[in-house]
Amino acid sequence: MAVITLTIDEELVSARAGQSVLEACREHGIKLATLCYLDGISARGGCRLCLVEVAGHPRLLPACTTEAQEGMRVTTRNEKIDRYRRMILELTFAERNHTCAVCVSNEHCELQSLAAELGMDHVRYDYLNPDLPLDTSHQRYGVDHNRCLLCLRCVRVCDEVEGAHTWDVKGRGIASRVITDLNRPWGASESCTECGKCVEVCPTGALFDKGSSVAEMHKDASFLRRILDGREKRQWRR
Amino acid sequence: MSRTVSIDPVTRIEGHAKITIRLDEAGKVIDSRFHVTEFRGFEKFCVGRSFWEMPGITARVCGICPVSHLLVSSKAGDMILGVRTPAPAVALRRLMNYAQMVQSHALSFFLLSGPDLILGMDADPAQRNMAGLIAANPDLARAGIRMRAFGQKLIRSLGDRSIHPSWSVPGGVRKSLSSEQRDEILKQLPEMYATIGIALELMKEACARFSAEIDAYGDFPSLFMGLVTEEGGLEHYAGKLRMIDSEGKILEDGIEPENYQNLIGEAEQNWSYLKFPYYKPRGPENGMYRVGPLARLNVCDFAGTARADRELRQFRHSAGHGKPVSGSFYYHYARLIEILHSLERIEEILADEILDDHHIRSQAGVNQNVGIGISEAPRGTLIHHYRVDDNGILEDVNLIIATGQNNLAMNRTVKQLAERFIRGDRLEQGLLNRIEHGIRIYDPCLSCSTHEAGRMPLQVQLISADGKLLDEIERG
Repeated sequence: MAVITLTIDEELVSARAGQSVLEACREHGIKLATLCYLDGISARGGCRLCLVEVAGHPRLLPACTTEAQEGMRVTTRNEKIDRYRRMILELTFAERNHTCAVCVSNEHCELQSLAAELGMDHVRYDYLNPDLPLDTSHQRYGVDHNRCLLCLRCVRVCDEVEGAHTWDVKGRGIASRVITDLNRPWGASESCTECGKCVEVCPTGALFDKGSSVAEMHKDASFLRRILDGREKRQWRR
Repeated sequence: MSRTVSIDPVTRIEGHAKITIRLDEAGKVIDSRFHVTEFRGFEKFCVGRSFWEMPGITARVCGICPVSHLLVSSKAGDMILGVRTPAPAVALRRLMNYAQMVQSHALSFFLLSGPDLILGMDADPAQRNMAGLIAANPDLARAGIRMRAFGQKLIRSLGDRSIHPSWSVPGGVRKSLSSEQRDEILKQLPEMYATIGIALELMKEACARFSAEIDAYGDFPSLFMGLVTEEGGLEHYAGKLRMIDSEGKILEDGIEPENYQNLIGEAEQNWSYLKFPYYKPRGPENGMYRVGPLARLNVCDFAGTARADRELRQFRHSAGHGKPVSGSFYYHYARLIEILHSLERIEEILADEILDDHHIRSQAGVNQNVGIGISEAPRGTLIHHYRVDDNGILEDVNLIIATGQNNLAMNRTVKQLAERFIRGDRLEQGLLNRIEHGIRIYDPCLSCSTHEAGRMPLQVQLISADGKLLDEIERG
């Protein structure tokens, strides 16, 4: 496999051809904030948190969907990028009702951790306070659209790993919403295998085990790498 | 010309309120009102959420008594699940409820009302506060703060945090108490008994000192309501409702919590966000009842713990034989007896082997569509009433808060005090403070008790000086 060399934050690093800038960063221990990205499922560049500056490009590019190129000069942190990331987080918080204090994922939420990590101490935008429902029709799980940030990890893991494609998206732009089985209540879904992968990969309290109370949801997406290695490489680890 | 005297805001209470007193041309009180000026809306915005979340959400109603909402909401959840809550979980919930009584009552007595009781109603307003109390009697202030901290620490040991723990859940509780934690709490009990002993002496001394005016602080006949055990003992977590009249006659007894609606109706007024609950059979005009420490000690036959029962017997001397104590000033006294009782109960529960049992949570789905939880909060009987769909999504929420149930009595108290102390030609600070104290007696928590959005009927009446109705606008 061809090896390429690029510069990330003034440091020369090598990567395999076809790797994304994000993968190159992670392999060299360079931390980059992500939300919609998850190792094991396809990258989609939806959340824009992994934006980086690439020399010669007028706009910031998402590291997860930008292929590393020979001679590329990448900057992952500077004042402008930090400002943009905070702004993206603020917009995410303003768009739906992320009421951390009473959320099932409080203290175990990727969105909340990122806000703390990136120094987002307040939201400058008006909250939209949309009127969104809670669907607890499924016997084991629930979906709270108030907490959903449309990362679509659930859609991808259900399609790409479980193969059920129960989850999809309806609407466009700000009106988008994740749905099950052509917008039927989750409990009425015939395609859902009840495997719970979508719940484990969801970064917030949008998908949760039914019956969870405040701050009780602990999620763990590490199962994904384990089952994919088993499937693809025939290697099983405990 | 008639005048209106406003006390705005009322200080050293939890929440926002004002008092207005209308005086006629001769300076005599013609009307007085206790207005709750803040607005919350929990009953409205909880609709659409799931009942599993409600203990965590409703705990946020209040930073002083989150535990009461947490427990009552969990009890409503227990009823929706329709399963038996494990006995160790009930013991742990009781433990947290007693810890809540201790910390909340300590806050009310030592920090909120203490400045009036210890420094005097006429003390310089610049000194008549927490800081003044610390300066005048640092040992007492410290002991009061330590007592509150004791209650908070016990709550934290159980629920990981003292304010807004999300520990009690439908079906039980999330975590037990380790034996190390139990020992640590037990070690602090002797100090707490000593503190409450000092406070009780101070209170008895204050009752003597205030004897000339004590009957002005809301001393009137009313009904009293509270939970009692099967045997008629003092109860704070479970039990059944009992209502007595001003003569001590039992009007209602053994009322199951789910039948509370036969007892209580709710009226509203256009000048306050606080509802006016009343005893249904007597209607809004004559159905005034009081809840809280005074009511609980009045309705119960006995406390059920040795030291509290001794104090209760003394307490009852202030009323006629077999009659309830009718003066609201005695709320302070009752609060202290309840702290003593709570400390004794905490000691009992911590020594109970049931806490070693680790089955603390029952699991189930929605088995009933209605959940009603009732328990005694520091300020009185607290009721959560939920209706859910088959998936556990809330369709209707009604919260009846202790402070609301004392609303009629608080207004009556303000009126009684105003009539006694206010004259148009003398409006001294000390007199106005007595009227404020009339509210502090009830330790009202207005953040808890204000009503929902969207359903508040509104009535505006334009009345001429001679009392004729000139115009009226109504919104249903």
